[in-house]
Amino acid sequence: MENVIELHHVNKTFKGFQIKDLSISVKKGFVTGFIGGNGVGKSTTIKMILNLLQPDSGSVSVFGLDYKKNEKEIKQRIGFVFDQNIFYEDLTLTEMKRLIKPAYKNWDDSLFHHYAEKFDLPLKKKMKTFSKGMLMKASLTFALSHHAELIIMDEPTSGLDPIFRRELLEILHDLMQDSSRTIFFSTHITTDLDRIADYITFIHNGEHVFTKEQNRIEEEYAIVKGETNLLDSDTEQEFISVRKSNHGFEALTINKQHTKKIFGDTVILEKPTLEDIMLYTKKGM
Amino acid sequence: MQIIISNHSKEPIYEQIYVQIKKHILTNEIQAGQALPSMRQLAKDLNISIITTKRAYEELEKNGFIFSIVGKGSFVSEQNNEMIRERKMQAIEEQLTAVIQNSKEIGIKLPELKELLTMLYKEDT
Repeated sequence: MENVIELHHVNKTFKGFQIKDLSISVKKGFVTGFIGGNGVGKSTTIKMILNLLQPDSGSVSVFGLDYKKNEKEIKQRIGFVFDQNIFYEDLTLTEMKRLIKPAYKNWDDSLFHHYAEKFDLPLKKKMKTFSKGMLMKASLTFALSHHAELIIMDEPTSGLDPIFRRELLEILHDLMQDSSRTIFFSTHITTDLDRIADYITFIHNGEHVFTKEQNRIEEEYAIVKGETNLLDSDTEQEFISVRKSNHGFEALTINKQHTKKIFGDTVILEKPTLEDIMLYTKKGM
Repeated sequence: MQIIISNHSKEPIYEQIYVQIKKHILTNEIQAGQALPSMRQLAKDLNISIITTKRAYEELEKNGFIFSIVGKGSFVSEQNNEMIRERKMQAIEEQLTAVIQNSKEIGIKLPELKELLTMLYKEDT
């Protein structure tokens, strides 16, 4: 399968923070959810993918192209959505459109109006009167109005109510009816991903932990629960990390089948949520 | 075609889809040559990821229930022997269940029923 985004051995150092040897790829035609806690490098990574930041070393390519030679072409084909307000708040949607439109060769006014209407956005009101949900919809409208092949979103659902988050998922499902489209978005509301993400890319402390098909995660990972007397220095090796209490232990295994073989019926195996995986991985590092 | 997904089942979602579509095919609810919804459409309708429906379709294809034509979609296969056998088995089970029920109603015990079945089976050949 073709990759739309490829990062090879990317390093980037800030004061007190580092992206370390990050290599990730994003598959064309699918939705990839980008997860990790706060401050682990998600936004930095996204900024490097958009060429808003440049890596200290390593390479970033989008659509197989290099920003150094093809920046304009790449940006024409990307639609991005940020969680902060990036608009001039004294402008109306129509005025903002006048500013953004000339930047895109494939700008499509009818598409713009289609989404503005679909999202119930007022065209003639100043954007400072918009709610957070409306700003998000405005941002999405601009991202979708130039036939972008790659949609990149940084925390699109943070601060939004559950109903709007469902609406957004619906929109993403619609967009993905076109198999040449790719969506890459970061979130820490991991339940949003269950219903849409084909792949999950997980980073922690500036490092890549994994990129996996969502289905494979539940096949490989499991939450293990059992009595503490089952644990010793050998059996604990089986787990990413273990949480013990007076009443038993809970742990995350990365090799469900193997754990089954070792512990048999003495433990309970449960399907982990992405949150479980994030939490136990963080503790295990 | 009705497909009901449980998010709380132990059975993975792709398998739930696989089992249900297979059942629709085996019971002739969808027939040979008939098109299945596209993977992307089904993912949207069921509100699940594309890779999940893709996996279900791949399993169906691997086991001969459907075939895909690039750019056209996925279709129910012509009946192969194994499918016919499976469908027949299902019919036999249903018919035998009816036989058992009828027998119980008029008090025919299992040995007597077996005897009857053996006799009829041999007579036929």
